[in-house]
Amino acid sequence: MSTPSTALQSVPHEPGAAKPDPVVVVNGIRRTFGGLTAVDVEHLEVQRGVITALIGPNGAGKTTFFNLLTGFDQPDAGSWSFDGTPLKGKAAYKVARLGMVRTFQLTRVLSKLTVLENMRMGATGQRGERLWAAALPALWRAQERDITDRARDLLKRFNLDAKEEDFAGSLSGGQRKLLEMARALMVEPNLVMLDEPMAGVNPALKQSLLGHVKSLRDQGMSVLFVEHDMDMVREISDWVVVMSQGKVIAEGPPTSVMSDECVIDAYLGARHDTDISELEHLIQVEHAHDHAEQTVDREDPR
Amino acid sequence: MDIIGAITGALHDGFGYVAVSFCLAAIGLNIQFGYAGLVNFGQAAFLSVGGYIMGAAIATSGIPTVLAILLAIAFTVALALILGIPTLRLRADYLAIVTIAAAEILRLVFGTSFRTYFHGKDGVTGFTAGFRSLNPLPNYDGFFLTYSREELWTVMVGWGLVIMISLFTWALMRSPWGRVLRGIREDEDAMRSLGKNVYGYKIQALILGGVVGCAGGFVGAFGAASVQADTFNLDFTFIALTMLILGGAARILGPIVGAVMFWAILSFLGSVLTQLAGYPVVARFMNADQASIIRLMLVGLVLMLLMIYRPQGIFGDRREIALDAH
Repeated sequence: MSTPSTALQSVPHEPGAAKPDPVVVVNGIRRTFGGLTAVDVEHLEVQRGVITALIGPNGAGKTTFFNLLTGFDQPDAGSWSFDGTPLKGKAAYKVARLGMVRTFQLTRVLSKLTVLENMRMGATGQRGERLWAAALPALWRAQERDITDRARDLLKRFNLDAKEEDFAGSLSGGQRKLLEMARALMVEPNLVMLDEPMAGVNPALKQSLLGHVKSLRDQGMSVLFVEHDMDMVREISDWVVVMSQGKVIAEGPPTSVMSDECVIDAYLGARHDTDISELEHLIQVEHAHDHAEQTVDREDPR
Repeated sequence: MDIIGAITGALHDGFGYVAVSFCLAAIGLNIQFGYAGLVNFGQAAFLSVGGYIMGAAIATSGIPTVLAILLAIAFTVALALILGIPTLRLRADYLAIVTIAAAEILRLVFGTSFRTYFHGKDGVTGFTAGFRSLNPLPNYDGFFLTYSREELWTVMVGWGLVIMISLFTWALMRSPWGRVLRGIREDEDAMRSLGKNVYGYKIQALILGGVVGCAGGFVGAFGAASVQADTFNLDFTFIALTMLILGGAARILGPIVGAVMFWAILSFLGSVLTQLAGYPVVARFMNADQASIIRLMLVGLVLMLLMIYRPQGIFGDRREIALDAH
């Protein structure tokens, strides 16, 4: 029986490559804001049970893509499915209930609630959350006890159990990241989508977070995360997807992707390895060319 | 200066049926705004629907009291849906605008249209027979605890409703449903990412708060034995809101204590200022008519000071209030 990452060995290193067992399939998603095309992904498949990294320079459209996939934003065109279920037009809360749970770039813990309450909030299916059952504790108290036990187990795993009664607003930035990840796990997701989980996290905590992300995969969940920290990407991801200017420009295991010419150009600019004196000459040539074009336009009014 | 008279008058008013109707309006606002963070500036609309529909159903159509009450509640739910469905997917400001407009529209419609049912500016009367026939108090003339027999019955029913509704609200807010509501108040998108149907919860909170307000309309109507459109003006909603903030939003006791204190103090100030206007020294600056307006100025001042120095009110928790700018 092949492990999840060996299943990827036969996949070609091309953008839009088909995967043996995709959990998410994306077709032709486009999102424009006025004249700017933020996302234009022709085809993408995310393999089940592995850790996929989504990288790309700032402004590539990664977070917008996350928002589109999870129902927090509506695309202009395109369709996508999760575990075979089409998601177009589905509200964000329904997508979460199906098992596709995302975290946010800037943590969104509920500061005015305690850590334990934050965790309990993550549980789905609690009967007491429905109005007709809410006023009768007998109908939901048993469920609440189970939820609390599960919450405490998760908090222990993330080393937050001592903070159970503290207001989430009193936690440090790194602790909030852990809480948000732990809370997302309460939803019992199949696919965990982490938006820059390492942003603003100190190096010591990074290792701990890396360990948690790996354990998610080991428990059978699929992970899709956006990151800028290339060391982290290299260390834990099984597959990397590179976006630039809204499009997927490369896919493959971390080592092959990071030496891909297109990818390096995307991050560093198309002329990053041109000598600077040659660069000045190139710019002058281009300016002359543009000037010539403008003169032609003026002589030829339409 | 008759201070004792001013105090007994204040107590009479503070626990009377008008205070109760304000109290129920404030409890409704507490559910919508205190717990769910919805800005409803038209709570008076729900009271007016309660009073008018029930009153007109009994007086004009001869419908028995209990059925008239159920009919009024049905209309209230419909109003909440009409207000909520278009606006709750949008920013909070839109609900505020729509609810102010709705309250004013209803006030004008009740005051001028469908005269066979609502009798224009005269308002609706003659609907209290069924309610009064249930009065179990022994027959007495004059006043007991400053209340006449009919008034005492209304006051008792009113406070009974306040207690039952408050207990129900307390039970709700301790439940997971209440927890979700508080989460929504703080961060809707975070709640969506956890699989909660934010829109549905907001509609439910709007309806619940509206039905509680409708009950306030009943109490006010039975107490005054009439329903008049101009009672339910913009001032009404903002006085109820002030009571809620004074007592402490998102606290069960908040609207109750806020309503009683506010109305009692307002009454006390009214008596004292009117009596003061009788003294020549004061009469140079203020006559009796102005006294009642000046006390409203003082109300505005109190509201301002509350918002600046103690926005959580008497019982509120500073860390929890929905009024926080951030």
